Amino acid sequence: MPSLKDLKNRIASVKSTRKITKAMQMVAAAKLRRAQEAAEAARPYADKMADVVNGLAASVAGSDMAPKLLAGTGSDKTHLLVVMTAERGLCGGFNSSIVKLARIHANKLVAEGKTVKILTVGKKGREQLKRDLGAHLVAHVDLSEVKRVGYENAADVANKVFDMFDADEFDVATIFFNRFESVISQVPTATQVIPAVIPEGADANTLYDYEPSEEAILADLLPRAVTTQIFTALLENGASEQGARMSAMDNATRNAGDMIDRLTTEYNRSRQASITKELIEIISGAEAL
Amino acid sequence: MADMFQFDLVSPERKLASGQARAVQIPGADGDLTAMPDHAPTITTLRPGVLVVEGASGEERFVVTGGFAEISPEATTVLAERAYPAAGEEARAALQAILEDVRAKANAASGADKDAFDKTADDLAKAIEGL
Repeated sequence: MPSLKDLKNRIASVKSTRKITKAMQMVAAAKLRRAQEAAEAARPYADKMADVVNGLAASVAGSDMAPKLLAGTGSDKTHLLVVMTAERGLCGGFNSSIVKLARIHANKLVAEGKTVKILTVGKKGREQLKRDLGAHLVAHVDLSEVKRVGYENAADVANKVFDMFDADEFDVATIFFNRFESVISQVPTATQVIPAVIPEGADANTLYDYEPSEEAILADLLPRAVTTQIFTALLENGASEQGARMSAMDNATRNAGDMIDRLTTEYNRSRQASITKELIEIISGAEAL
Repeated sequence: MADMFQFDLVSPERKLASGQARAVQIPGADGDLTAMPDHAPTITTLRPGVLVVEGASGEERFVVTGGFAEISPEATTVLAERAYPAAGEEARAALQAILEDVRAKANAASGADKDAFDKTADDLAKAIEGL
């Protein structure tokens, strides 16, 4: 049975933990709003970009002029997995769920005899993947200094990918991130970006005049489209991270509250017990006289 | 009004301008073009330069560094990689950086390539002066 003093100390410590988790929850809520706004603001560009590229790709696909980013290298031996995670922990299953998805994917590819290379964005994913897939890690992008993810950050990641692609270091690239559904639900998602995937039912956009030519525009736009996809993924990830942290910290705050209640009951009970004990001692002492 | 059309200027991070416009002068990769109502549907890539929007409340100027524009009879959308209001310091700095880049390329190149780079550099220098 812990002494009264021990109980008191534990209550004080849990109380200060609750204060911290409460503060983190509120910070995450504020950051989440900002992250959601950023994701929202980026949507018109991304949508338009996807529209135009899909229209163009549908009309150019199959022709010999199709750029490599669309047509692929002709093989699918080497896969690049771009795994995007957070720089910080304490956000529930956020990092683990992306890593889990990436790991399943990687193991499947390895079992099929393919070569797997992994590019990590964010410290946490790298730490988790290093344990069992360390040999596959080829590059890392550090965003720990970045307060607000901007297009330049996406361009950094994209340029790394393009450099590797130009050097024929991989055939297929897939990005892994958490799609933001709501504060309590983030969906780990894998999207293939190279070669570009044309969605079913995309119509060739024959309506438009293209200046210069369709192929030239496509060659110019495809890298931008990939960068935009990475940018969108980073933003979704940012919002998801804050959402996950918010609900994780909400849980932690509630647990701390429960714990304080329990400890307080225990404290009162043992205080009562010791008072009763003292009384009995006094009374039996008085009776003995 | 029939002589106006919807105009949007968006960058990856946000929407910079949106509203009705009478005419939009676009620095296309193959030369400047002006979008007006009932323009033939066109998609063009952009070169770094100045975008001039004639809106309901007067003329607005933006510096764009690249991207593309989609023109249809009812609406024009410019998707710029980076775009700044032309009056700001950022706009001048962005163009200046591109100009230096092009000049460096012109010095490294030779023949027809060099002429092309030189011409681009001249255009840019003029655009910067005109800000």
